[in-house]
Amino acid sequence: MLAIARQRMLGQSFKKILPAVSVLRSYSSAAKQITVREALNSALDEEMSADPKVFLMGEEVGEYQGAYKITKGLLEKYGPERVLDTPITEAGFTGIGVGAAYYGLKPVVEFMTFNFSMQAIDHIINSAAKSNYMSAGQISVPIVFRGPNGAAAGVGAQHSQCYAAWYASCPGLKVLSPYNSEDARGLLKAAIRDPDPVVFLENELLYGESFPVSDEVLDSSFCLPIGKAKIEREGKDVTITAFSKMVGYALKAAEMLEKDGIYAEVINLRSIRPLDRSTINASVRKTNRLITVEEGFPQHGVGAEICASVVEESFSYLDAPVERIAGADVPMPYAANLERMAVPQVEDIVRAAKRACYRSVPLAATA
Amino acid sequence: MALSRLASSSSRSADLLKPLCSAISLRRPISTDTTPITVETSVPFTSHQCDTPSRSVQTNAKELFTFFRDMALMRRMEIAADSLYKAKLIRGFCHLYDGQEAVAVGMEAAITKKDCIITAYRDHCTFVSRGGTLLEVFAELMGRQAGCSRGKGGSMHFYKKDSNFYGGHGIVGAQVPLGCGLAFAQKYSKDEAVTFALYGDGAANQGQLFEALNISALWDLPAILVCENNHYGMGTAEWRAAKSPAYYKRGDYAPGLKVDGMDAFAVKQACTFAKEHALKNGPIILEMDTYRYHGHSMSDPGSTYRTRDEITGVRQERDPVERIRKLILSHDLATEKELKDIEKEIRKEVDDAIAQAKENPLPESSELFTNVYAKGLGVESFGADRKEVRAILP
Repeated sequence: MLAIARQRMLGQSFKKILPAVSVLRSYSSAAKQITVREALNSALDEEMSADPKVFLMGEEVGEYQGAYKITKGLLEKYGPERVLDTPITEAGFTGIGVGAAYYGLKPVVEFMTFNFSMQAIDHIINSAAKSNYMSAGQISVPIVFRGPNGAAAGVGAQHSQCYAAWYASCPGLKVLSPYNSEDARGLLKAAIRDPDPVVFLENELLYGESFPVSDEVLDSSFCLPIGKAKIEREGKDVTITAFSKMVGYALKAAEMLEKDGIYAEVINLRSIRPLDRSTINASVRKTNRLITVEEGFPQHGVGAEICASVVEESFSYLDAPVERIAGADVPMPYAANLERMAVPQVEDIVRAAKRACYRSVPLAATA
Repeated sequence: MALSRLASSSSRSADLLKPLCSAISLRRPISTDTTPITVETSVPFTSHQCDTPSRSVQTNAKELFTFFRDMALMRRMEIAADSLYKAKLIRGFCHLYDGQEAVAVGMEAAITKKDCIITAYRDHCTFVSRGGTLLEVFAELMGRQAGCSRGKGGSMHFYKKDSNFYGGHGIVGAQVPLGCGLAFAQKYSKDEAVTFALYGDGAANQGQLFEALNISALWDLPAILVCENNHYGMGTAEWRAAKSPAYYKRGDYAPGLKVDGMDAFAVKQACTFAKEHALKNGPIILEMDTYRYHGHSMSDPGSTYRTRDEITGVRQERDPVERIRKLILSHDLATEKELKDIEKEIRKEVDDAIAQAKENPLPESSELFTNVYAKGLGVESFGADRKEVRAILP
């Protein structure tokens, strides 16, 4: 009906993008803008087209066009054998996905949010992550687990947790978290091509955001390396590490800091496991100060690992203690004012950077 | 590999038999005799939502001999593992399969290596029936390099991918969705083969089993769920764990068959039936009524929750190896002494493999860091003291 007509139109307009790109290539390097959603959709489309072993599985990925429309148009293009709608049974369908990967297929399993991955976490850790090791290389598991991670807006405690630290602590997994459209395309393609289990942590609030992408990024062979962070903004005074949505916040903080004469270097981690320790340490050796930023719970978080790594590798370069900005150490509240206090804000990053540069304002009274 | 070794040694015993043959009666060489013999299963099959296969099973002397040899080998292997564990050469967990051999052997006789098998941690004999060698078994149990997982897995993590044996899983019930995933992949790849996902009466109550069965039935996957009902989930008897211990009926919309799991021919017949069914109609459940002589694992004496009389009763009435021995003798295919000689040969094979495994070295220290990933990307990994021990993952 109308929805299908709209979908077909979008599909056609999408198909038009690629020939348009080749025209652009010959005229200019003017950057095109695509949303993170489009980036993920095109990455899935291209990888499914390139390798018949790639298939999608998850709740509402097919006929509903994806709970967040990430898999839009793919059922129509690839058919129900390769885009499979599952019942709401994460433990069952994740186990089935891992079993298919044991046999040599390349499943991309969607969790509607990573909160639901906890129902299937035994399969992610014990069936997927550890199999290559326990079998001494006989059983590799080329699977991708993807979906939105972390806080959305007003969805409450059970739907807002960030799982980066939990999954990244497990040897045998690779954990990626894109920020912009280039990251989304390059990292998802890399994840699907990788022969190991990859946890791919997206962010619901970023799906609709547009970012400029070069022709190289739009090419179907585009791929980003796993395990390499990107320096989004160079600086000399303080290093700020972040991933996913917090990269945007860190960049805004860097702009504000510049007005006060503090030049922050913003590192987009891209890869939580493997963590790009050498890029982080090289930056800290240059700036001598570090702020880690993440949305998730602070205890045993990603920032804790980065701090430990820097203390181990670059202690004598630090001119100030490492600062951590993270989500509040509470379950996510619903009321808008409390929710705002429960996630990092740009001001928090600015304040921490100033503290690290010994330019702080007097400490706020504790509540 | 174990089976081919068995075939060659049976021709040796055929040589032994030749003088006996001419002296006593005209008996054809046992190892190659494929004249059909019909045997009846011990009890008829009971079914849920499907027809039952016939009680009459086609076999021949060659198969009878293979069954006897394979099961006797498995029996001796598991008993030897018991001793090795008590001698502290095997560490951690060790779950023994003696008593249940007919399930592994009967299943293998009904299928090909294109069909997949996945099971839980009571996996030593299934590994052997899929072609694993005794050396690979004992070396892995003792954590040595020649082990099937190069010493990195242990008792619960035997795999043999080239024979489509996918382990070897420690988490109760997890292997069932994994097995349904294998079946999905077989269907996706149009391989015309099936997957047997084995689980125990304890695992039969796991939610993920029903989730996987639901999806398998919706998607018509060639998955055969095999409940090896040995009547005890660790120390808990089936009637204390399951409101409905009729496991073959628990699939509800999925058909099921109840099978005497101590009768290798019943198992073979049921698996043949199930394979044909699953390829056409999707998932089916097989409940194998079987029994383990040992406790749940080596740390369980197995006598606190069941009586010694029960155990000896099963051994006397239903032992799978004894059943085949009686069949061979009643069909006049060998003498008692000949069968005892085969068992002696098997003992020697097992002892030799153990001796070889004992000589085999532990893995190199560098193996700590291998196979974490299929593609390590050259990243660093760390030992307990990261300033002392670091490695680049290949």
